[in-house]
Amino acid sequence: MADAAIRRPKLPVGSIGHKSFGWWGMMAIIMSEGSLFAYLLFSYYYFAVQYGGDWIPEMPKFELAGPNTAILLLSSLFVWWGERSAARGHGAKQALGLVIGLWLGIIFLVIQSYEWRDKPFTYSSTSYGSSYFVTTGFHMAHVAVGAAMLAAVFFWSLLGYFDKERRAPISIAAIYWHFVDLVWLMIFFTFYVTPYLGVG
Amino acid sequence: MAITNYDRPLDLEYVRPQPTAERDLARIWEREPGLWGWLSTVDHKEYGKRYIATAFLFLLVGGVEALVMRLQLAGPDKRMLTPEQYDQLFSMHGLTMIFFYAQPVLTGFSAFLLPLILGARDLAFPRLNAFSYWNYLLSGLFIYAGFAMGYGANDGWFNYVPYALKQYNPGPNMDFYALGMILFGVSSTAAAANFVVTFLRARAPGMSINRIPVLAWGTTTASFGILFSVPAVSLAFFMLWTDRQFDTHFFNWAGRGQPLLWQHLFWIFAHPWVYIVVLPAMGIVSDALPIFCRRPLVGYTVVVLGTVATMVMGFGVWLHHMFATGIPYLALSFFSAASFVITVPSAVAVFAWIATIWTGRPVLSTAFLFFAGFVVTFVIGGVSGVMTAAAPSDRQLTDTYFVVAHIHYVLIGINVLAVMGGLYTWLPKMTGRLLDERIGRWNFWTVFIGFNLAFLPMHWTGLAGMPRRIYTYPEGLGWSAVNLITTIGAFILAVGVLLLLINIAVSRKRGFPAGSNPWGGATLEWSIPSPPPPYDFEVVPVVASRHPLWEEELAEAGGESSVKRGLRLDNGKEMLATTALDAEPDAIVKAPEDSIAPFVAALAATMFCAGALVLSWIVSAIGFGLLVMSLLVWLWPRRELGQIAEARGG
Repeated sequence: MADAAIRRPKLPVGSIGHKSFGWWGMMAIIMSEGSLFAYLLFSYYYFAVQYGGDWIPEMPKFELAGPNTAILLLSSLFVWWGERSAARGHGAKQALGLVIGLWLGIIFLVIQSYEWRDKPFTYSSTSYGSSYFVTTGFHMAHVAVGAAMLAAVFFWSLLGYFDKERRAPISIAAIYWHFVDLVWLMIFFTFYVTPYLGVG
Repeated sequence: MAITNYDRPLDLEYVRPQPTAERDLARIWEREPGLWGWLSTVDHKEYGKRYIATAFLFLLVGGVEALVMRLQLAGPDKRMLTPEQYDQLFSMHGLTMIFFYAQPVLTGFSAFLLPLILGARDLAFPRLNAFSYWNYLLSGLFIYAGFAMGYGANDGWFNYVPYALKQYNPGPNMDFYALGMILFGVSSTAAAANFVVTFLRARAPGMSINRIPVLAWGTTTASFGILFSVPAVSLAFFMLWTDRQFDTHFFNWAGRGQPLLWQHLFWIFAHPWVYIVVLPAMGIVSDALPIFCRRPLVGYTVVVLGTVATMVMGFGVWLHHMFATGIPYLALSFFSAASFVITVPSAVAVFAWIATIWTGRPVLSTAFLFFAGFVVTFVIGGVSGVMTAAAPSDRQLTDTYFVVAHIHYVLIGINVLAVMGGLYTWLPKMTGRLLDERIGRWNFWTVFIGFNLAFLPMHWTGLAGMPRRIYTYPEGLGWSAVNLITTIGAFILAVGVLLLLINIAVSRKRGFPAGSNPWGGATLEWSIPSPPPPYDFEVVPVVASRHPLWEEELAEAGGESSVKRGLRLDNGKEMLATTALDAEPDAIVKAPEDSIAPFVAALAATMFCAGALVLSWIVSAIGFGLLVMSLLVWLWPRRELGQIAEARGG
């Protein structure tokens, strides 16, 4: 019978966490953005394999990039904590987690701009410089978009828009933020670690 | 009961014989009148029709470009066009047909039909759908604005470097193309994400993964392809633009760039794109052909698996476009083998269609003729594809008219013929009027004969050694007669396309009223009136088999589907979210109301790119600010959508 397919007596109404279309839509966008970075790194490795030995003008340094990686990972941790607090209905911890994550993201961007300034090459020196600045530039743009999302859900938290059930925008911003951090680890591994492993 | 209560008990209701004033679905879902309503509507049916109409406009423009080229090539030593004009014409023709006709027309079918065949009231993201349409239209106008000013793309649709770089191509032609394609990529990605989520999460209860119509499978598979492949070409065009404007060195040999990197990135995108512009068309045929054969599709499961397998393998064959570039023999062998293997899942679909015709009782309607013609040209295009998949023969055939013949058999054969058949099938659902069958026969035969007359001899032109993309050719090489035949065929094909447009125009006034199910179709869209009401389904249907409207004849279902009784969901704009595999009801979702924000966002994104084109950062900054503002308006949590916390017990 027709009723057989509708077994539940009640259904939740509206935008509910991972049931919301928005969360699934964000996963689709993440697939696409993930591909974008895969193609950026493909281009890096293509150059590195084609030119070999002397393609990299200077072995990468970790003074700024190392701590900056830790800062970005830490921001993910705070955002995760904020999202979990939202799920438990702790409004204050939720807002705190989001705003700390946001500030750590901004600090990452500031340090990254110093890292850019310290490079002895520019985007127009050789293909290595082009690849480095365009790849990290795309990533910084994604961090900025993620930070804008965190700022929005932080502001909406202050307005009291969310509770235990109604918190889909926080989950959506958080999963995007974790994705941006994961992408950084791939970029960090490619640009900073593989030269020491003998690639390029 | 407040509309944003957290939970709601479920009651099944019957379709009502008379509309009632109380909670009238039509009033809840219909758009505002006037220009404002036209710009701000988010109805998927509206955008489906706009997509198809816009794509046909681009088809006509691209077609006229082709006819002008055919006049030039009709005989030897013609000088009607200068080489530069000819370059722009073949480039604009290719990119128009491939990007602005072939995929958007299928997006139009999907935007209109996907919710209807899945039993939903709209796509998962109605506003995103509006945005992707406007962005598509504006990106097309962006590239054509360049052409109108004399700066059309002039390096072929695949736009190889180094000729696309600034030192060889100093005008803004390439910048129009590059930035326009980035805009277009945003549009197609948005549409793809929308289709994927709708497919996974917005099906009628009971429409488990093995009961979904093949058209929805084709659309979704192609949408996954778009999500994974479009970033490659957007990135390639971005790199090209920075190489041209900011002296980066991605493709420029002097700065330790790699010209071949362009070809890799382009074909990593463009080969999957070939499947993206045919898989939904194959879905159209797999769903519509059985209606005219009066039996279910033979081999549903293998056809679906073949669809998915084709897309997956489609990502592993891009190098066969680069056989002549001097890549290592190991890579040649691998990609050649992969290109042979990919013919297997496509052949599965061909045999399934033939078996469906063979074992069915075909009704020789115009739509059936188009689908049968589609199968024939698919086989011819497939065989010439196998010939180019073999690396040794490809060395001989590459950059000749043989490849041009192949791509036209694939794109016209598998896209245009399926689209025309699809229009004869579903246009009555869109407009409520049937197309004329007598004009339809003339339409089919002129298209089919004109097409084959134009492109079958072109294989021979290629084998005789005529290279593609030459603006004229001398006498005495044996190419003259065959080129004249191709030109005549192209004009007959054009007459056929005009007949379709005449048929559509005539049917709007004089067409026979279609009724809800003119062809006796099996799927949910045939259970509602033509044209569908603004809310599509008065009650959410419940599905118990693959052919909800054929259950009595087939006796195939354990239960029975219900299209007359179900959830009415009339507490504002509402639709049902269901689980991804079993399609069990999961939540009642509030659909967004009309908004101008998607239109403004698309305008703002175009303004951003226009600023980048002329390197005017103020224009770009204003566009960017407008974009951020419209996104905030668009996405701000709304109480009526159940996005904001409520006091409990309200």
